[in-house]
Amino acid sequence: MTDSSFQTGTQVGDETDSQTGLMLAADGTPLKRSLARALRRQKVRALLLIAPLLLFVMLTFIAPIADMLFRSVENQIVSETLPRTVAKLDEWDADTGVEPGIETFEALYVDLFVAAERKLHTRLGTRLNYEMTGVSSLFRKTGRRLDDFGEVYEDQFNALNAAWKDPKTWVALLAAPGWTTAQADWAKTKKGAEPAFELRPGVAMMLPRTAEAYSEFAKFIQEVDQDSPTDEDPWTLVHTALYMDLTTPGAAYSGPMPDLIAEARTAAVNFTKFDLKQGFLDADKDWADPQVWATIKTYAPKYTPGYFLNAADMQLTPDGIEARPENEQIYGLLFKRTIFMSITITLSCIMLGYPVAWLLANLPMRTANLLMILVLLPFWTSLLVRTSAWKVMLQQQGVINDVLVWLHIVSDDSRLIMINNQFGTIVAMTHILLPFMILPLYSVMQTIQPTYLRAAKSLGATNWTAFWRVYFPQSVPGIGAGSILVFILAIGYYITPEIVGGTTGTFISNRIAYHISSSLNWGLGAALGAILLAAVLILYWAYDKIVGIDNVKLG
Amino acid sequence: MADGNTSDAFVAFERVQKSYDGETLVVKDLNLALPKGEFLTMLGPSGSGKTTCLMMLAGFETATHGEILLDGKPINNIPPHKRGIGMVFQNYALFPHMTVAENLAFPLEVRKIGKSDREAKVKRALDMVQMGDFGGRRPAQLSGGQQQRIALARALVFEPELVLMDEPLGALDKQLREHMQFEITNLAHSLGITTVYVTHDQTEALTMSDRVAVFDDGRIQQLAPPDQLYESPQNSFVAQFIGENNTLSGIVTAVDGELCNVTLDDGETIVAKAVNIAGVGERTQVSIRPERVEYNKERMAEGVHTLHAEVLEFIYMGDIFRTRLRVAGKEDFIIKTRNAPDQVRLRRGDKIEIGWLPTDCHALDA
Repeated sequence: MTDSSFQTGTQVGDETDSQTGLMLAADGTPLKRSLARALRRQKVRALLLIAPLLLFVMLTFIAPIADMLFRSVENQIVSETLPRTVAKLDEWDADTGVEPGIETFEALYVDLFVAAERKLHTRLGTRLNYEMTGVSSLFRKTGRRLDDFGEVYEDQFNALNAAWKDPKTWVALLAAPGWTTAQADWAKTKKGAEPAFELRPGVAMMLPRTAEAYSEFAKFIQEVDQDSPTDEDPWTLVHTALYMDLTTPGAAYSGPMPDLIAEARTAAVNFTKFDLKQGFLDADKDWADPQVWATIKTYAPKYTPGYFLNAADMQLTPDGIEARPENEQIYGLLFKRTIFMSITITLSCIMLGYPVAWLLANLPMRTANLLMILVLLPFWTSLLVRTSAWKVMLQQQGVINDVLVWLHIVSDDSRLIMINNQFGTIVAMTHILLPFMILPLYSVMQTIQPTYLRAAKSLGATNWTAFWRVYFPQSVPGIGAGSILVFILAIGYYITPEIVGGTTGTFISNRIAYHISSSLNWGLGAALGAILLAAVLILYWAYDKIVGIDNVKLG
Repeated sequence: MADGNTSDAFVAFERVQKSYDGETLVVKDLNLALPKGEFLTMLGPSGSGKTTCLMMLAGFETATHGEILLDGKPINNIPPHKRGIGMVFQNYALFPHMTVAENLAFPLEVRKIGKSDREAKVKRALDMVQMGDFGGRRPAQLSGGQQQRIALARALVFEPELVLMDEPLGALDKQLREHMQFEITNLAHSLGITTVYVTHDQTEALTMSDRVAVFDDGRIQQLAPPDQLYESPQNSFVAQFIGENNTLSGIVTAVDGELCNVTLDDGETIVAKAVNIAGVGERTQVSIRPERVEYNKERMAEGVHTLHAEVLEFIYMGDIFRTRLRVAGKEDFIIKTRNAPDQVRLRRGDKIEIGWLPTDCHALDA
C-alpha cells in the first residue's frame, strides 16, 4: 500500500461529489438522501407505535364528531322523500301568493303515497315542522287519506275487466320479459333473493306515469314487504296513474295485451273522476296555504343553513334570512349566558386557586404533599356526588341556610336562594374545576425560584412590588394554561348545570342535550354544537395571538 | 480571635447567633467588624454558616440572638428592602421577563427615581460592566458571564454602600471566573464600596479579598489578610483548608519562647513555631507548606534539621514539579519545587533528605 492510497482511505466519509458539490455518505449516496431515509424509518416506527391509539381516536372520537357536525347542514330528507314535488316546485314562484298548480299536486300525490307506504312522511313532517309549525300534522293527516284517492279508479278498472284484479296482468303489462322468466325460475326454488323488478323496455314511453308508479310499488313490495309483485295487488296509486296515462294523449300503445289497454282507453274517458287537488284540500285545507309550499321549496336543497340560522335565533324564509320573533329567541341568550358564566367561573378559579398554588409551591415538601392530596381529593370522587353535595349544601333547607338561620344572619322566612340559579351553577362548577386551575399554576410556580423575590427585595422592592412586578409576571403562563383549561371545560359543561342550574343557570350544552335526546332535532343540536366548537377554537386562536400558546405551561 | 472592635466599623456583627430548629446553632457567637471600603470574604465549607451570615446581613434571615449594625445602627428590625444593600445572587436572579435595561431600572423605579435620571444611571451601570449594547436583550439571550456582569451592574446601579455577593462566580468556567474575579475587585475598589463576598473557593478568597474570614462549624476560625492566612494559619482547620498543606503529628516535648520541639510519631524531633499548642506533653499537628520544603542540600539554610524521605511519585506539572514522599511513616507528604534549569528531577524510589526553616513549620492544635 502506498502512502497516498493510505491517506485516501482515512478520508472516507467526508467525500464530496466533485460535480455537484453534494456531501456524500460513506456508501456514496448523497448525504441528504441517506439522512432522509434514516429519518423516514424513524417516522414510520413512531407512526406504528401510535397507530392503535390513532385508530381508536379516529373511530370513536373524530368520526362521530364529524358525522354529528355534518348533520348541522345536511337536509337530504326533503329532496329524497319528495323528489318529484321538489322538481315541480322549482318552477313555482312563492311570491305569487297562490298555491302551485295541479301538476305539483300530482307529483306530491306520487311522492307522498310512496313515502306514506314507506312510513317516511311523518319523519319529513317532523323535519319541516321545525321550520313551520303544523306541517307535521298536515303530513300525518294527509298520509292517512292518500290510499282513498285512487280507490275510485281501482273499482272502475276492476268493474271494467276482471283481468285488472289479477296481479299477473300488471306484471305482464309492465315487467320486462327477461325479469318475468328470471322471476319464474326463482319462484320454483325460492333460493337467494328475488331478482329485482325491471320495467319492460319502452313502456315508460307509452305509459309513463303507470310505469313509474308501478316500479315504485314493485320496489317497495320487494324491499320492504319481502314479497313478490306477482302476488300483490298494486297500489291505488298505480290505478290512478294508469287512468291518467290513458286519458292524456301520448305515444301509441304497442305492448302486450293491446285489447285490454284499448278497451280501458275507451272506457276511461267516461270514468268517474277524482279531483286530486280537492282530495288534498279535503284532507287538510292547509294545502291551499302557499306558505306550506314555500317552506317545502325553501328547504328543498340538500344542504341548508337553516339549522345554523335557527341556532342564531334566525330563520330562512322564502324572502331570505330574518330574525325570529322576539319570544322565540333563546339561543343568543343561552350562548351569552354560557360565555358570561364560564368567564365568571374562570375568574373565580383564578382568585381561589392562585393562593393555593402559591402555598403548594412554597410550603415544605411534606406539608405541600398533604395539601396536594386535598386538592386532588375531588378528582377521586364522582362528579355526580360532588354536584349532589352542593345541592345539599345550597338548597333553601340546606346546610348553609340552616347555619345562617341558626346564627340569626338571615331570618327563617327569608332563606337565601342559592340553587337552581346562576349562583348555584357558578359555585358548584368553580369547586369542580378548581383543580384544573391549581395544577398548571402550581407546576409553573414551582419553576419560579424564590431568589427572584429575594433579589427584588434586596433591590428595594416592598413585598407587594416584588410579588406584582417579579413573581406575578412569571406566573402568568400558569394562569393562561389554567384559564384555557377551565374555560374550555366550563363552556361545554353539562351535568352540573343540569343538576344545580334550574332554568336560569343552564348552559347551551343543556339545550344541545335536550335536542339530541328529547326533541330529537339533531340538526339543530349539531348546529349549536358546531357554534360552540367554533367559539372555543376562535377563543383559543385569539389567546394564541394575544398571549402566545408557547407561553402556556402545564409543567 | 475575631476582630471585636466595632466602634468605627461600617458593618458589625455583635455576638450573633442563629438557629433554625431551636436545637442546634448554625452560627455560634459571631463577632465581626469591617470598615468602610473593605472587601471581606467569608470562606468556608458548605454548612459552615457563611451564607446564613450573609442572609442575616441582607435581611432574609433574622438573628436568633445578637445585634447586626450597619453604619452604627442596628438593622435587625429593618426589612430587606429598606436596608439599601446591593446583592448578587449565586444564580444571578435576573428577572427573566424583563430586558437587561428593565432589570437595571427596577431598583431605580422602586426608589421613584425620574425617568431621565434612571436612564442615565442604567447606561452608566451598563458601561461600567462593558455591557452598554445589551440593554435591549433578555437575560436568557446572554451567556453566563454576561448575566454575571448584569447581575453585578444591577446590584450597583442604585449606588449602595454595601454589596453582598453569594458565590457569584460559582456557575462560570475557570477562565471566565478568573477574569471576573479581577473585574469585581477592581470595580469594588474603584467605587469604594464595602463588599461582603461569600465563597467556598479559597483561590477566589485569596486573590480578591482585603481580609478573609474562614468559617467552620458556625464560627470564624481566622480573620486575616490573605497572606497572613496562608503563611500563619492559626489552627489546623485553616492550615488544611487554605492551600495545600502537609501535616505531621507528634507530641510537644519542650517550648522555647516562640519555638518548640516536637517529637514525631516515628521518634524524630523537629523544631517548629509554637502557634497553637496546648503545652508540653500534649499532641500537636505540625503544618508545613509544600513549597517551603527543600531537598536540594545546597539551597538549605545552615543547621536545618532534615528528615529522611523516599520519593513515591514525581509529577511534572510544567511550571512546578510535584513530588509525593514518604516522610515519618506518612505517605501523603507533598513537596512542590519550581521548574528551574538547575533543579534536580527526582525519580521514584530516590532516597532524599528534606528540610525547612523552623519558622515555616507551625505547631497547631491536634
